[in-house]
This record gives sequence, structure tokens and C-alpha cells, in this order.
Amino acid sequence: MTSPLAALFLRELRVARRIGGSGTLGVVFFLTLVSIVPFAVGPDPNLLSRIGPAILWIAALLATLLCLDRLFQADAEDGSLDLLYLGETPLELAVLVKCLAHWTTTGLPLVVAAPFLGLMMQQEGSSLIGVTLTLLVGTPALTFIGAIGAAATVTLRRGGLLMALLVTPLTIPVLIFGVSATEAMSGGTVPFFAPFAILGAISLAAMALAPFATAAALRNLGE
Amino acid sequence: MSAAFAHRPHAVRHAALTLTVDGLAVDRGGRRVLSGVGFVLEGGEALIVTGRNGVGKSTLLRALAGLLPQREGRVTLKGAEASDLAAYAHYLAHADGLKAALTARENLEFWGAYLAHESGPELSRTPEEALAAVGLPHVAQAPVGVLSAGQKRRVALARLLVAARPLWLLDEPLTALDAASRLQFAQVMRDHCAQGGMIVAATHEPIGLEDARSLPLGASS
Repeated sequence: MTSPLAALFLRELRVARRIGGSGTLGVVFFLTLVSIVPFAVGPDPNLLSRIGPAILWIAALLATLLCLDRLFQADAEDGSLDLLYLGETPLELAVLVKCLAHWTTTGLPLVVAAPFLGLMMQQEGSSLIGVTLTLLVGTPALTFIGAIGAAATVTLRRGGLLMALLVTPLTIPVLIFGVSATEAMSGGTVPFFAPFAILGAISLAAMALAPFATAAALRNLGE
Repeated sequence: MSAAFAHRPHAVRHAALTLTVDGLAVDRGGRRVLSGVGFVLEGGEALIVTGRNGVGKSTLLRALAGLLPQREGRVTLKGAEASDLAAYAHYLAHADGLKAALTARENLEFWGAYLAHESGPELSRTPEEALAAVGLPHVAQAPVGVLSAGQKRRVALARLLVAARPLWLLDEPLTALDAASRLQFAQVMRDHCAQGGMIVAATHEPIGLEDARSLPLGASS
């Protein structure tokens, strides 16, 4: 018999693979956002290479938010959410596992796509590595912080939009340290490690704390 | 193991439990929907909750499952190791809790693992046995999305069997079922009671349990 949490992780991956959608949609959205920027700011290589890390990070943030609104909504609609409370596993752990599975299917593809899109933004080798590394470390924070918003808006019909409004301000620290670490990688006065370590700390803190807030929001749905 | 199990269906029993509900009151949307509900249910007994629409049958079951806060009164399960009633209960309502993209077998395997309860692993059935018990042995490999409403319902009923739990909270369990499936499910419920399990069902129609007690709601309020 598999453990309850392993079974939940496996189910989430299976559902994501069968339905397709979410993960692919996020990457395509990421690609679209990054590719319209040169049209808007003009094809100046110097300018693109300077704003590239920021654009990649903003696009990754928006793509993550786009995928997040279904995180608990699908389960609420088909009744699975009620049953998740009834397991002997604490709801907080179930939330943690759901978020990890969600990051694997939506956040990880963004990280993989980032170096290719970085080429479109005139990024050089060190900067490509930087943006990929910071996204790998930083996107879990986006998923976990976003999960709180997704749980709070799960019963609302247009909850996705409200969720984005609620969550975006909370992701500002992730954005600041993600972009500054990437820029430090390609030269500049700030050392790379300091903002990168803070980014990692934000991710770990979000992973440890967000499941409690998310589970609390889900528990109060019924009222 | 399953063959031996079939010959002695009542050899393994649930631990003897007593569910006591005393003066239970539940709010919904700031309004008191239920108050002063009380009953005692012993292992092996079934309770049918009746009453007109909106009287609070579903609310009672959700409150018992711990999905709604209990404002007043006490719900205790005597003989249970944990104080948490939810870990001993199966909850089945209008939503089936099945993922349309997964096969019936994958859905049941997941709930079997997730809802598994330490007190009764030897009472739990495999997904194939559970589907056979509800008369659907042939759909194990079919995605739930392509099944009919009645078939989906029966896969949801099979969930009660893949993870053995002593207390079944059933909200309109017979929705979308045809006559033959109703008889089959009545047999499943009788087997559950014979193993020392308990059933609390909210329904408008006869459920096929002759010796079940009845709890009419709304008569007093």
C-alpha cells in the first residue's frame, strides 16, 4: 500500500498529464509575454539585455498566477476537497504535497524554458545561468504564496482575477531578490550570493508557512 | 486471500463503537439551521435521516463529518482510539470526488491509499473487488469521464469499500441508480452493518434497510 501523500502526489501528476492544459498553457503564456516585449520597447540589443532579467521574472510570475486558479477549484467542484479533510493526513501536509505537484507540472517547465527565452532577450551565458538558477529557487515561493490566494478565492466564480490581485503584492520580495541576483550574475556591484540566499530563504519560508495559511483558508470554506 | 474473505464475510469486524450525538446545533451562513439534534447509534445499526427539503439533512451529515463547525452540543465516538470522528467516517454527497481524467481503478486506488484507516486494513477491498460489489467489474480501465451518471455514482459507492471505515455518512446515496443497482447497494450496506459498521443516511426514498431506525428532522422546530 502506498502512503497517502505519495498517492496524492501521483494522482496530481497523472491528472495534470492527462488533462494537459495547465503546464503547457503556462509555458506558452510565458513565451508570448517575453516575445511581445521587443515589439513594445524596440529591437535595441543593449536595452533588451539590460531589462531582460526583469522581463523574464515578471513573465514567470504572471504565468504562475495564470496556472494557480485551478489548484483547489477543480477539487472543490468534484467533491475531492471534502474528502481530503477526512484523511488521517493533516490537511496542511496534503496542501504541501498538492503545491509541490503543482510546481512540478507548472513551475518546472517555466524554469526549463527560461534559458531559451533568455536568448530572445539578448542575455549572455552567465545571465542565462543566473535567470535559470533564480527561477528554479524562486518559483516555488510564487506557487506557495499563490496557493494562499487560490484557497481564499476557491468558491468565487471569477476567483482567478481576485486571486491575482491578492497575491501579486505579496510576491514583490521574490521579484526584487530574483531580479537582483540575476543581474549580479552578469556583472554589477552587488555580489550574487546575498540576494540569491535571501531568495532561497523566502522560498523555504513560504514552503514552511504557506500550507498552514492555505489549510486555514480551506477549512473556513464551509461557513 | 480474497476468496477466503468471500467465504467468511463477517469473520473480521469493525471495533465495537457507539456514536452519541447530543444537543447538536449547526449554523449555515449565520443562520441556525439545526438545533437540539440527538441520537445514539451502536455498531451494526443504520439511521435514516428524513425530512422535507432544506430542513438540514445535508447540514447534519456535513457537521458529523467535521466539514461544518458544531456550534453547540457534543458528538462522541465511544470505543475509538482517536477523538477525531472524521478519521472514522466516510462521507458521500452529491459530488462524487472522482477525477474525470483518471480511470475508475486509479480513482479508487488513490482514495484507498489516502483514506486508509489503521483500524481496518483487513476489511478493505481491492478496487476490483469493490467494483464487482457494486456491479461494475468491467469499467476498471475506463476513464471516469466517459461513464454514465449512474456508473459514476456506483464508482463513488465503491470508494466506501476500498478503505474500510466504520461510519458511513451517506447523503442521497441512491441518486441516479437504477432498480438493480439499488438492490445491489442495499446488500453492500447490509454487509457493512453485519461487520459492525454504522450508517447514517439522508434520503427521501426507501433505501432497502428494513431494520434501520429513522430520525425525522424538522418535526420539532
